[in-house]
Amino acid sequence: MINRKSLELWVGLFVAAGILALAMLAFKVGNLTSADVMNSYKVSARFDNVGGLKVKAAVTMAGVRIGRVSAIAFDNKKYQALVTMDVDGRYQNIPKDSSASILTSGLLGDQYIGIEPGGDDASLKSGDTFLRTQSALVLEKLVGQVIFNKAGESAPAK
Amino acid sequence: MNTLRILGRIAINSVERLGRAAMFLYEVMLGSWELVRRFYLVVQQVYALGVLTLLIILVSGLFVGMVLGLQGYNTLVKFGSANSLGLLVALSLVRELGPVVTALLFAGRAGSALTAEIGLMKATEQLAGMEMMAVNPITRVIAPRFLGGVLALPLLTALFSAIGVMGGHLVGVGLLGVDAGAFWSQMQNGVDFHDDIMNGVIKSMVFGVVVSWISVFEGYDAVPTSEGVASATNRTVVYSSLAVLGLDFILTALTLGEV
Repeated sequence: MINRKSLELWVGLFVAAGILALAMLAFKVGNLTSADVMNSYKVSARFDNVGGLKVKAAVTMAGVRIGRVSAIAFDNKKYQALVTMDVDGRYQNIPKDSSASILTSGLLGDQYIGIEPGGDDASLKSGDTFLRTQSALVLEKLVGQVIFNKAGESAPAK
Repeated sequence: MNTLRILGRIAINSVERLGRAAMFLYEVMLGSWELVRRFYLVVQQVYALGVLTLLIILVSGLFVGMVLGLQGYNTLVKFGSANSLGLLVALSLVRELGPVVTALLFAGRAGSALTAEIGLMKATEQLAGMEMMAVNPITRVIAPRFLGGVLALPLLTALFSAIGVMGGHLVGVGLLGVDAGAFWSQMQNGVDFHDDIMNGVIKSMVFGVVVSWISVFEGYDAVPTSEGVASATNRTVVYSSLAVLGLDFILTALTLGEV
């Protein structure tokens, strides 16, 4: 039988390695470090159609992630989708007339919200709403529009 | 008539055995409280069940990760999304393969050894001898082994998943030329700490309890002959594997069902 000192050493090494592996999974593989946006504030936007947007999707400005979507709800007075997002507290000076649009990363990628800055001097505060929004592109609608336009072109030419 | 009677006997026997196993688990849990003062007994078992299983876990983890890297790359490259290789490797390891393969290997390597050891102690009447000396064999022999297994399996699973990701990185980035930055960033974007990693940790804890429980119970319940110990060891591996695979489905359905 192995003696007590080296047995304890091995077990200690084993436990330390296990905890280290878990920490590596949490910080290097997972997104524990960037998961929580520090002292964020909430802003919301209404969209006619959110497409495949999901909770926790990224909110970006100039391609940089500045927050994430915290809730998606249906507003049954305006028949629109109400998207609430948490924006990092470091970015307080987003102009009030900025526009929010739902974009897709890559051809098959996730959908996210891109914010285009406006020119207003006043900035968005917690609880404010984006006035100008652009909905997600729905492929079926796009195809329908193309067919409709083609039909419109050929009709008066007879 | 006779067939019905045999069916009835099988049913009664298995329910009775299940009941005994549950009572046994309760006794082991009670015995575990007394081990707080004699923790060295548990440390010894963590060495026997954890440290000595390390080699097989690390080697299999590395190869599972490498195979995932190769297979995943060949499929993903058809869709032009080879950059998601890191995400694929990490998610399949952390959520499924890590806990399940580790538990299966653990049942084969450590669980069978546990059953054989306890069964042999029973066959050579060491357990009865302890009772003669007013030493409770459950506190002295069974509970440390049970606790050792429960503690060792989650740690082994974390090591398996971590080294598997390394293996996937080795093949994907080193051999197949996936961009290292894309490999890690896709992984970090897609793997959630609570939903994916904690899910795997919870699975491994459940598997640890179940595999250790089956192993010590089969040993303690073995017929005290050499054939009895052999068939008990056999049952440990079979039942543990079935329990792990069945529970894995249930746990996955439970965690995915909430979405």
